[in-house]
Amino acid sequence: MNSTLSYLTRKKGGKKLGLTDVLSYVYLISGVVIMFGPILWLILSSFKTSGEIVKFPPRFLPYRQQTAVVEGYPEPLPLYSVTLADGTTQTLAQVRRVGLEAQLVDPVNPGNLIKVNINQRQPLESVYFGLENYKEGIESFNFGLYLWNSIVVTVTATLLTLLVNSMAAFALSKYKFRGRQTIFMVMISTLMVPLSVVLVPVFLVITNVGWNNNLLGIIVPAAATPTGVFLLRQYMLTIPDELIDAARIDGASEWRIYSQIILPLAKPALAVLTIFSVMWRWNDFLWPLIVLSRSEYFTLQVGLASFQGELNVQWNLILAMTVLTLLPITFIFGLLQENITTGIATTGLK
Amino acid sequence: MFLLTKTKQVSNLFSRAFSPLYEFFVAILDMLFGIIQRLVGVRGMPYVFVLPNLLIFGIFILFPMLLNFLYAFTGGSSFLPLERPWVGPANFERLLLCENYLEPRTCSEDLFWRAIYNTIGYVFFQVALMVLFSLLTALILNRNLKARGFFRGVFFYPVLLSPIVVALIWKWILQENGLINGILTSLGRDKIPFLVNAQWAQILIILISVWAFMGFYTLILLAGLQSIPADLYEAAALDGANAWQSFSRITMPLLMPTMVVVLVLSLIRAVQVFDIVFAFTGGGPGTATLYLVQYIYNYGFSSPNKQFGLAAAASLLMAGVLIVLTVIQMLAQREEN
Repeated sequence: MNSTLSYLTRKKGGKKLGLTDVLSYVYLISGVVIMFGPILWLILSSFKTSGEIVKFPPRFLPYRQQTAVVEGYPEPLPLYSVTLADGTTQTLAQVRRVGLEAQLVDPVNPGNLIKVNINQRQPLESVYFGLENYKEGIESFNFGLYLWNSIVVTVTATLLTLLVNSMAAFALSKYKFRGRQTIFMVMISTLMVPLSVVLVPVFLVITNVGWNNNLLGIIVPAAATPTGVFLLRQYMLTIPDELIDAARIDGASEWRIYSQIILPLAKPALAVLTIFSVMWRWNDFLWPLIVLSRSEYFTLQVGLASFQGELNVQWNLILAMTVLTLLPITFIFGLLQENITTGIATTGLK
Repeated sequence: MFLLTKTKQVSNLFSRAFSPLYEFFVAILDMLFGIIQRLVGVRGMPYVFVLPNLLIFGIFILFPMLLNFLYAFTGGSSFLPLERPWVGPANFERLLLCENYLEPRTCSEDLFWRAIYNTIGYVFFQVALMVLFSLLTALILNRNLKARGFFRGVFFYPVLLSPIVVALIWKWILQENGLINGILTSLGRDKIPFLVNAQWAQILIILISVWAFMGFYTLILLAGLQSIPADLYEAAALDGANAWQSFSRITMPLLMPTMVVVLVLSLIRAVQVFDIVFAFTGGGPGTATLYLVQYIYNYGFSSPNKQFGLAAAASLLMAGVLIVLTVIQMLAQREEN
């Protein structure tokens, strides 16, 4: 026992676990509970049936009443554990309930009907992770369409962002031309003004272009992000100019230099921008909310917001859809955690 | 290691599936840009490269910003700039006129002042808690502990969630028959109407934002901590410094520039709080969680009598504050570099 404890508390360099270490672990473990607890609760709740989900106090795991197919009855019947008059308990299937009286049959021998008070029966339940909420939510909420819209927006917007920003960053970092400083300064200065303060005029512009209720209205406007240009330009500045001069002597066109030399060398910066762009677009809410008012163009985020605004909130379905919404981001995070965290730490962006 | 090979497999799969498509795309652009280069010459090419970005940027970012000024100085309810009568600074006067500035009720635009005071309260407590918790977490994660990568990931994960998802998760936990009230009841306490009570709504919005964003600032602070050279600590230990001394004499002074960046960044974000609140309380109950961007949004988009002039004027005032904050941040970052 003592040796296990000393093994567990052993540290690098043979030092013992101190009070600060213990406090640190306590802090981190409560951090796990606070940060992950709500998400775990969301996931567990998303498997609960509509009856189970409104129960108070709520139970931790999703339960479902066991059922059995009994001869002579077309539907599966719910199973109960019944205390009979002679004091024994038996598993019976309920046929119907009339007021305070429940009518049950023995699933093995369904011949005779047993009538008991409803207080004498306890539902037989088992932990059950069923996908009913997910299926029903996808069907009734148009989830498939919203998912498709979100994917279209995220993928095309990210590709467009990468192309447009890297071209501009290439020009701003590798050429000397009139107006370069001005263009760069204007872009950088708009970094300060967030989208949220120009909502009205942006909406006017989008309406005049005719992109109201059009996915283009959310794909194109944010593609020219000054942040992206800045990030890529800073990286491209570190690529030596000699490479470009050598290519030019070999007769490469400017586009070739950009696509065959600069882009491959700027891969790390492009990867960071890709991750950011996917994150921004997948989670974007304010802009789609303004641009899209017809539900067939909704993205997942706008769709989710509109479900929860409905009068009759069907929590079991909404929670299942919420879980589906955060799956892709979670998957990407699982694969690329290292890249994401170092990318953010080095650029200070989100 | 498993993840690493997985990532490689996934990216290989992607590149194999998309490379013909990509090659085709590149070949077409190659031809197109070849023709363009013959037309404009090498000296014209940089303009061609910045053009797409500049067009989108000009139309959808720069032009709207200039248009905002026009809106702010015109009145009426028309959406089209040319149909709006010039009113000079009337919108600003209406926003800023108050008999007693501490009493929003006496202002001509009481909701604006209500939103300002709400935002100030939110910003103050949110930023304080945010800096405190992310600093504490970063300091702990910087220690030589087991499973550091895992813990870092756990604290960062909520940053990736969309505001709607964050709001839904917490609404579900805090609703009348939710998890927290379930725990309270089983402890023999009364339920708390978290989502209906104005004060609770204000407190919860602050706590939820800290929950959602602190991982981001933790990462920045952690990077700052890791850039402090380890031999400084070794030298201090040789000189007989205790833990507190090396913290207050080495860690804090060297972390200061990063702290300023985190402080200003979180200030800028906090002033613009909108989407989480929009999805969580919608500004209510009453006007308890009505913040500035929501005020602008309400006048511009959701209220029946849209007043674009007021919304634009309010957004200009806010932009002024944000620009001041950003300049401070840039100065701080220059200091850091």
